[in-house]
Amino acid sequence: MSLIETHHLCIRLGGTEVLHDVSLRIEPGEIITIVGPNGSGKSTLLRALLGIVPAAAGKVGRAPGLRVGYVPQRLHVDRSMPITVRRFLSLPVRVRDAEAAAVLAKVGMDAAGAAQMAALSGGQLQRVLLARALLGRPHLLMLDEPTQGLDQPGEAGFYRLIEEVRAETGVAVLMVSHDLHVVMAASDRVVCLNGHVCCEGTPQVVSSAPEYRALFGLGTQGALALYRHEHDHDHAAPHDHDHDHDHDHHGHSHHA
Amino acid sequence: MTMTMTMTTITTDIPIMLDDFLVRAGLAGVGLSLATGPLGAFVVWRRMAYFGDATAHAAVLGVALALATDLPIAAGTLVVALAMAVTVAWLAARGWAMDTTLGVLAHSALAFGLVAVSFFPEVRTDLSAYLFGDILAVTTADLGLIWGGAAVVVALLVWRWQALLTSTLNEDLAHSAGLNPDRERLILTLALAVVVAVALKVVGALLIAAMLIIPAAAARGLARSPEGMALGAVAAGAAAALAGLQLSMWQDTPAGPSIIVAAALIFAVAAAFGRMRSG
Repeated sequence: MSLIETHHLCIRLGGTEVLHDVSLRIEPGEIITIVGPNGSGKSTLLRALLGIVPAAAGKVGRAPGLRVGYVPQRLHVDRSMPITVRRFLSLPVRVRDAEAAAVLAKVGMDAAGAAQMAALSGGQLQRVLLARALLGRPHLLMLDEPTQGLDQPGEAGFYRLIEEVRAETGVAVLMVSHDLHVVMAASDRVVCLNGHVCCEGTPQVVSSAPEYRALFGLGTQGALALYRHEHDHDHAAPHDHDHDHDHDHHGHSHHA
Repeated sequence: MTMTMTMTTITTDIPIMLDDFLVRAGLAGVGLSLATGPLGAFVVWRRMAYFGDATAHAAVLGVALALATDLPIAAGTLVVALAMAVTVAWLAARGWAMDTTLGVLAHSALAFGLVAVSFFPEVRTDLSAYLFGDILAVTTADLGLIWGGAAVVVALLVWRWQALLTSTLNEDLAHSAGLNPDRERLILTLALAVVVAVALKVVGALLIAAMLIIPAAAARGLARSPEGMALGAVAAGAAAALAGLQLSMWQDTPAGPSIIVAAALIFAVAAAFGRMRSG
């Protein structure tokens, strides 16, 4: 039996249709990644699955007694609020010290209990958020762009941790992401979203699907082509070089 | 025999003690701090300083309403402060630019209030009591109101403490835990209106927001937990109230502003100390 299913889900935000006709099933123990360009409705879908955003049409069905652990896109702990990692883990449900220590050890943050939340690095904060989500012994973890702002080793380390947690607890994982390659390697199933489900399947199937390539493949190739093109260029003024890489180069083609 | 004697001493002492206007003033300041401490912490965490200002300034309009309708002053200010807070929250939810909207509302409420109050000649002479408080004129009945109001606010905040902290940190996180951040915001709004109603007599409409923000900001540098900051703000507020009254006695300065001056000095010392400690 699925943990969550949506049937022809349609979401409107302020009169605009953000998602239409989304039908999804999340099975126990699987890692699913939702990819899609900015504004494709990824975060909205997550919020709809959490019950924060109501469905305009279609429906969201949850398994009875489903426990969801949620890791928000970013948690900005204002410096005006003093709060330790240990205290944060007890929000909103108070947990015992032993539980808190065990879950911190699980995410590799053993010694962090007394640290102030506002002083954590991006990667440490993501691990603490994951720890808090795991405290409720969830059937399903939902993570909204969990590695945003992490460097590549940090990103890879975080996905390895998710994989370990899944192996250990059997929790299903639903992630939203727009960084593609690492994420896709770590997923059982990928859903490509752009207002609707463009395509879905194993990472191999999705990355070779024409719908996916239309959204991402061409863009990547385009940037690559541009990069190569710049290198073929003979520049009169070499100090322009770096500058041109970061920018659209059509201005350049005039004097090429 | 000894028992009954002690009993009589106590029962006769309290009214006698309350006969002293200075004792009443001190109790009023401490009572108010019990509410402004934890609520002020939320005002600081949620960056609601201007929101607090707008609500507090509306209290002058509440005074005019009370005089026009023969309601008690506290009831009038409670109603108008609540109306103002709900209006601001409603506009914020509709995506109005908050900084500008609050600026318009805070100053308009004050101006409308001052104009409305000027129609009542008996207040005209005594306007500064509403603007800067009149803590030395606090009656026993006022004390009951202040402590009662503070008890309501503290009870509300303690009851919702975990939920309020969670939704202050992140609304989606609160949602995913089955909480309703809108309801928590409403509870803070209610608490703010109650504080405005009871604080009017103590520090006046212009300085209510200061009483919320300055003690909480003073406690920030020394606290390591949200609870520590809230309790520290209570302590800082109470100390400021007593020290301000003392200053007012010595130098014959206005009591309300003197309390805020004391709070500001406490803040400066705490900030310096906090900076020293953190390196």
